[in-house]
Amino acid sequence: MLYGAASLPTFRRGGGAALTLGSQKRVSKWGRAVHVESGVLLDIRNVTKDFPGTRALDDVSMEILEGEIHGLCGENGAGKSTLMKILSGTHPYGTYEGQILFAGEPVRFAGIRDSEARGIRIIHQEMALVKQMTVAENIFLGAERARYGIVDQMKLYSETRELLSRFGLNVPATAFVGTLGVGQQQMVEIAKALRGHVRLLILDEPTSALNDSEVESLMTTLRELRNAGVTCIYISHKLRELFDIADRITVLRDGRCIGTRPTRDVTEDDVIAMMVGRAPTGRFPPKTRTAGKVMLSVRDWTVRNPENKELYAVRGVSFDVRAGEILGISGLMGSGRTELLQSLFGEYGFQPSGEIAVEGKECSIHSSRDAIALGMALVTEDRKNTGLILMHSVIHNMTLPSLPDLSNGAVVDTNSELASTLGMVRELNIKAPSIESRVDTLSGGNQQKVSIAKWLMTRPRILMLDEPTRGIDVGTKYQVYELMDRLAASGMAIVMVSSELPEILGMSDRVLVMHEGAVAGIVGADEASPERIMSLAAMGAQEGAQKGA
Amino acid sequence: MAGTQLERRQSAADVSLIEQARRRGLRYNLRAYTMVFALLAIWLALAVATQGTFLEPRNMSNLFRQTAINGYLSIGMVFVITAGHIDLSVGAVAGLTGAIAAMLQIRWLPALGTQLGVTWLQPGWPSTAISIVVALILGTVIGIWQGLWVAHGQVPAFIVTLGGSLVFRGSILGITKGVNIGPMNPTFQWLGQAYLSAVAGVVLAIAAVALIIAYTFVSRRNKLKYEFPVKPLWAEVGLAAFYSGLAIGFVVIMHRYRGVPVPVVLLIVIAALFAFVFSRTQLGRYARAIGGNLEAARLSGVNVRRAIVQIFALMGVLGAMAGIVLTARLNAATANAGNQFEMNAIASCVIGGTSLQGGSGSIPAALLGALVMASIDNGLSMLNVQAFWQQIIKGLILMVAVLVDVKSR
Repeated sequence: MLYGAASLPTFRRGGGAALTLGSQKRVSKWGRAVHVESGVLLDIRNVTKDFPGTRALDDVSMEILEGEIHGLCGENGAGKSTLMKILSGTHPYGTYEGQILFAGEPVRFAGIRDSEARGIRIIHQEMALVKQMTVAENIFLGAERARYGIVDQMKLYSETRELLSRFGLNVPATAFVGTLGVGQQQMVEIAKALRGHVRLLILDEPTSALNDSEVESLMTTLRELRNAGVTCIYISHKLRELFDIADRITVLRDGRCIGTRPTRDVTEDDVIAMMVGRAPTGRFPPKTRTAGKVMLSVRDWTVRNPENKELYAVRGVSFDVRAGEILGISGLMGSGRTELLQSLFGEYGFQPSGEIAVEGKECSIHSSRDAIALGMALVTEDRKNTGLILMHSVIHNMTLPSLPDLSNGAVVDTNSELASTLGMVRELNIKAPSIESRVDTLSGGNQQKVSIAKWLMTRPRILMLDEPTRGIDVGTKYQVYELMDRLAASGMAIVMVSSELPEILGMSDRVLVMHEGAVAGIVGADEASPERIMSLAAMGAQEGAQKGA
Repeated sequence: MAGTQLERRQSAADVSLIEQARRRGLRYNLRAYTMVFALLAIWLALAVATQGTFLEPRNMSNLFRQTAINGYLSIGMVFVITAGHIDLSVGAVAGLTGAIAAMLQIRWLPALGTQLGVTWLQPGWPSTAISIVVALILGTVIGIWQGLWVAHGQVPAFIVTLGGSLVFRGSILGITKGVNIGPMNPTFQWLGQAYLSAVAGVVLAIAAVALIIAYTFVSRRNKLKYEFPVKPLWAEVGLAAFYSGLAIGFVVIMHRYRGVPVPVVLLIVIAALFAFVFSRTQLGRYARAIGGNLEAARLSGVNVRRAIVQIFALMGVLGAMAGIVLTARLNAATANAGNQFEMNAIASCVIGGTSLQGGSGSIPAALLGALVMASIDNGLSMLNVQAFWQQIIKGLILMVAVLVDVKSR
């Protein structure tokens, strides 16, 4: 028994049918008797997980049945990833409340090794393969078939072929992973996960980088795995895929489990309603702004992915933003929102095409410097990697884009630097031990204020905000909203990308919904509803929903 | 909420922000002070081991002279490493620029003079000036060239400068044919071997004290103008007096031997200039920003490529500086001049706490690191420790210094 063939469960498949399975005795790999009740493989009971300042999971209970494909969906930040990290042991036992039963036994994972020993495997959105190694070498990485440290190549490749053919994975064992397409790489990831003793396979947004035909063959593979008895949790917010493949669907929202439904009993609209839930109330400041002249006008903006030049990150996007207006951009993860902002800012994309006009004047932007010179500013979504220099002080982070304005010639005028930083710290009410503190010692909310402040110091006329309230507490969120309204009222044009529907609805004067890089629709504040936006985001513009491969 | 109350609280908050900035500055300085203490401890140990000879003015003078050349290179290296790059070619650049200067003075300019029928191109101060200027320009051009490879060619600096060092070493051999080029004209030797006269030394001390007082006064006045809190007057006066005392003491000790060595004067001037560039100009800020987070710097509108080219150009000038002074000190250009200098420069930066990951560094601390390296060389030689032990000990000190730094972060 080399990669757990004998331990793969061979239960009957099917959602409804599994419910009727009686309890039964089985001898596990470790020789102990395992008590499997009612075909429930995984039983999550009242799990609560807190992060500083936020509750990521709130009393979540759900069951995964043996042999089913269980769809899990919810808005970004609903708690899906946190739950999966608990299941994989990334958040170890003791850092959360509640109980998890796997195959009838309570489990307390201290780390990923523990969950893997039980047969739980996660395939993440980002693939973790070594591109310079072959398929077989990747699959057996860390579990080489070796004797005295010498790898047995023949055994390696024969076992890989056997594994690949048993699950119908169509990948050559000797090919270098770097030469494979993204879809085939995904197959390698799956094969790697199936190498050991697997009882539960978790796929996190597996199709985000796949094209239509690759998605189709992934679906086929998953069905075959189900036939082979592998239980699967399929996380996605692409409803069409979930309805295609899942036996049952569970919806999470704001860290709570909203419910689990057999797929055949619900419609896409039902699931959308479960995902969006309540209407926003009282969490947003009143609007004091009025729209003026058009500040930024984008026509037919198309951008290719620099890493895969055949893929379009943004396709034919056109929109206007006016002074005193907040344009919200909504869409699912991977719909091209961030790429749109970064490409307009001159810092993303292969051969962008289309037209940009600032205050009616046509212009070309080749770098962030051009954009800044035109009065544009971009607060990026990822503070740690693209927004701030974590090891540097508040003051040096804040003045970086405006140093030329704060200098006499090449020499920085440290007094005016200090004065303007203090002014900004006061205006945005930034709480820091000192302006010389490293920004990584600040809370998320204050870090976000620093990243906004650094751009306000350039006195922009067009402010683009990418996920302006991600990872910050409710109080700071409200302050950011107030600031946005104040800035817009003072004549700034604001473009805000957000994954939070309430935020989009509460703050935007108009909402641009993106779907697969294109505009699915632009909706005015008065006609925007959670359902309207979610269906545009999940299914695209109704008439153009079905796009060819 | 009453407006006045809010205002009062806000200005109190400002005061506490600055107060805490100062306290943090103190903690930062503590790290620098540890360096100073480590250096003093090494000096004390060596003084005891040599029965005091180590601390005698003659040896102190030698020690600082030995530090000078590595000092120029370390200053440039702080910029390069802080920006997240490395320069392995500085030793070869020093060798090549020194060789070019020697060839100009001894072969090429006299030959050109003979051809043109003029005498002023024979060795003398005009030919020294021309040689120095040409060497400095060559260093700059080399720096720009390597910087272009790194910034626009996207070739890792490690490779560019590794290849570059081979190119320059080969060029030295080709130009000098492997023989020593010398002796240099006395006006050239002056740069590497001379000492300031007593009068010049007094002038230097007065200038240093004047600068310290002026700096203290100007920065205090500016702070008051912007209504920032200032230290009590006695503290400012005391601090200025302390630094002035250090400067005067240094000059006095040097004069108890032969005076302040010219290369050390150059080092002091260059260090002051580049410390200012590093902390107070856009280029210095950009070097740190690029090394700290390249993406954030780019998205903030920093012209990353231009900054990298500028940093390598700066390193090239300082490499040429080192080459000129080295040739002057040795009174000749040799084929293997500058060998391994890059390693000493990198080690000095690292001992001085410059992070090889980029993002942070300090020129005064790197110079302290250079002084530590020179002290060990010098002290162990005085103790007649064999050369192989010196290498082993220096290597271990480098590793321990970084270990301490990593663990204390």
